[in-house]
Amino acid sequence: MGKTLAEKILSEKSQTDVRAGDIAVARVDLAFVQDTTGPLTIREFESSFSSLANKDRSVLFLDHAAPSPNCQLSTDHTYLRGFAASAGCRLSDVGDGVCHQIVAESIAKPSDVIVGADSHTVTAGGLGAFATGMGSSDVAVAMALGRTWFRVPESVRVTVSGSLRQGVYAKDLILHLIGLLGADGATYQSLEFSGDTVDKMSISERLTVANMSVEAGAKVGLFAADDITHDYLIKQGRGGDYRPISPDADASYTRTINIDASTLEPTVSQPHTVDNTAPVKELNGVKIHQVFLGTCTNGRLEDLAMAASILKGKKRHPETRLIIAPASRKVLLQAIEAGYIRTFLEAGAVILPPGCGACLGLHQGVLGDGEVCLSTANRNFKGRMGNPKAFIYLGSPATAAATAILGEITDPREVL
Amino acid sequence: MFKGKAFKFGDNISTDHIVPGRLAHLRSNLPELAKHVLEDADPTFAARVKPGDFVVVGSNFGLGSSREHAPLVIKMAGVSAILAKSVARIFFRNAINLGLPVLICDTNKIDDGDEIEVDMETGVVRDITNGNKIAFKPIPTFMSAILNEGGLISYIKKHGDFKL
Repeated sequence: MGKTLAEKILSEKSQTDVRAGDIAVARVDLAFVQDTTGPLTIREFESSFSSLANKDRSVLFLDHAAPSPNCQLSTDHTYLRGFAASAGCRLSDVGDGVCHQIVAESIAKPSDVIVGADSHTVTAGGLGAFATGMGSSDVAVAMALGRTWFRVPESVRVTVSGSLRQGVYAKDLILHLIGLLGADGATYQSLEFSGDTVDKMSISERLTVANMSVEAGAKVGLFAADDITHDYLIKQGRGGDYRPISPDADASYTRTINIDASTLEPTVSQPHTVDNTAPVKELNGVKIHQVFLGTCTNGRLEDLAMAASILKGKKRHPETRLIIAPASRKVLLQAIEAGYIRTFLEAGAVILPPGCGACLGLHQGVLGDGEVCLSTANRNFKGRMGNPKAFIYLGSPATAAATAILGEITDPREVL
Repeated sequence: MFKGKAFKFGDNISTDHIVPGRLAHLRSNLPELAKHVLEDADPTFAARVKPGDFVVVGSNFGLGSSREHAPLVIKMAGVSAILAKSVARIFFRNAINLGLPVLICDTNKIDDGDEIEVDMETGVVRDITNGNKIAFKPIPTFMSAILNEGGLISYIKKHGDFKL
């Protein structure tokens, strides 16, 4: 019997032959924290351990509160910078960008095991890495030992075939899938994506899909590493990090979900859960006070390009704020060179520094009582954007741009 | 044996309900952060909960962020165990890593405010108020070993490594 992607990677990294349900102790290729989970992790580490197992495979990211909005978080930053300096590990400072984007651009390799103290660590599954979120204790131990333990997950095969129609994107696909599975429909499992639609997807799109796997409860969202992965790594200046990986043809899955991409519609998640999905056309007319474009889900160059193509020569609705946060410094630079930032500014947008921005309610776009936001992020839980009395819809960059122009939830096909 | 009062919550209580992102500036001031435990699910919980009490929930408790602060502030409130129909993966691991038991059982049989008793040896929850006896699923072996050491860091300090 062949192996799934999860079984293959965990077998290799544990140097044992493991199957779904087995416990594996696997070598960790990268352990990282961000600025809201890092201080607890590093305090736990410092109280119990003396040195990092591998300085080159431990990274601290300052991205959630970047730059910091208050003295407490600034002091957390100071603490993390001090630890990185004394321990000799890499620090990604304010303005560099969102941890998951930087991991994709410059660190993750196919077949890696990656653990991060952030639930959207699953993003790197788009490159074929077994990447998953853990808490502070787990990441502290992974940093100290260079290993962690996993229950090898059962895998759900998600086969996507056919072409996405105009106005329908990877974000709509993953929102549709989460609506289908439910917020706990894949808990403890690996979602493994395949099919001719997936084979043609760019890495940016694969990262979007992998990023939101956790919103169905999944431990990982995995893609095979193929020529598209290779091309992406070459463009990042690290083609040597490529190695192909794919599941065996006779691998065993707990179930298979078939999706015909050509039937999908532009989709949004409605307040207050991600699995509360609906076609955009059913929500046409819902008034939106703020549009937020960015995050580890949809803050990449392709996302900004899509939004810029819709916003070019247009203005945001006068009663709808448009806030845009490129996912990394590299993305911001490329967006400047491509003219997207000028387009956004001329459309009336606010450009935030690269980072998590308004996503998690710390700063840079906190919602007022009763306000409604359309965001390209991955979560719309009550209170997520800093106010439990606000409402969040999630959609694609195209839906976000169309909505910003008309001031109400808008099917992007109306403006394309 | 644990004994205390049940504080009942519904399905899909996220880590944002437990410790919202807007309080991230308090994460290095845990006693202050703990005053807000479960604030966005029930603003009166923190003032009413007493050491030994139970958080009793529906399905998919703790979905969302990997923030270990979520089970940590529940533990700091003195909660002896979380009883749930199901729990999100990262939250489950985080709670066990902190030595906070998460017990999977049919929580429909427990009402808000009931006096309950949990016997970790026999795997039974007894609702003293309504007389129900509810079996909970055994905690997976390796996680049970971590729980028995009081959490992951204590486990690793004692054993030096993962001992499967």
